[in-house]
Amino acid sequence: MKKIFLISTFFFVLVNSVYAEVDLRDKILKNLRCLVCQGQTMSDSNSDFAQTIKSVVDDKIGHGFKEDEIYKFLSDKYGDWILFNPPLKKENYLLWFLPYFLFIIGGIVIYYLSKKTQIKRK
Amino acid sequence: MKKNKLIIIYAVLIFIFLILYLSLDNKKIYNTEDLVGKKMNEVDLLYFESEGTFNTREIFKNKFVLFNFWASWCAPCRKEHKNLIRLSKNKNLEIIGVNFKDSPQSAKKFLEELGNPFSILAKDPDGKQSINFGIYGIPETILIDKDSNIVKKYVGPLNLKDVNEIRSIVEK
Repeated sequence: MKKIFLISTFFFVLVNSVYAEVDLRDKILKNLRCLVCQGQTMSDSNSDFAQTIKSVVDDKIGHGFKEDEIYKFLSDKYGDWILFNPPLKKENYLLWFLPYFLFIIGGIVIYYLSKKTQIKRK
Repeated sequence: MKKNKLIIIYAVLIFIFLILYLSLDNKKIYNTEDLVGKKMNEVDLLYFESEGTFNTREIFKNKFVLFNFWASWCAPCRKEHKNLIRLSKNKNLEIIGVNFKDSPQSAKKFLEELGNPFSILAKDPDGKQSINFGIYGIPETILIDKDSNIVKKYVGPLNLKDVNEIRSIVEK
């Protein structure tokens, strides 16, 4: 009984770690832009460049690199443009905060417009 | 009220135009500015003909180094080769050729036909080592100074203007 328990635990851990690695690979490749394609992720692309990046990512995962370390390695070589989700930096404040700013401005405009129509109705 | 509406419409149109203009003006593709000024990584490369590897640190010795990524199947590489031959005559410069995803026989034939400008010839059969140099495709060329800093990166075949630019940097 103890043997069966140990064997099943071993297989459970093994399968889980394999799936975790596949998930991590998938997650990383979906956040990488194929630089020689038209708006495709590395995951979707079959270009020669994407194939090479895929095998480099596999190697890095195999060598125990963390997700952020892989992003850092690639953005050091190709710039933040390779990342679909670039890190928050001084140069991209506009990219990160413009949607929130527009959302707030939109809310204010809608508020004033609805207030005006309410006054008119009265 | 009508005036306000017009102002809002104009503001929205200007905003859309601005976003489209900025997106179309985007020159991020093949942008190498992130590499320039950085220290060159220490990378192990396979020798083209003999067994074994060498590390890039071993070649940065008081000379400018030009890494050229090429293959016999690449037509622009054939076009730029005469410019590499021109540069190979410069004593301040060492040219390292990295044969990229190529068959050794075809690469040898290519060099026999067009000449060999490389002081060291390496190979990258699966293209993985080239990622350490930020390579997109070939031909690409990277100029490294005596302190192993990346001075310039050329994406695409070297032309005469590039040759003169490299010469002027190297001979300073």
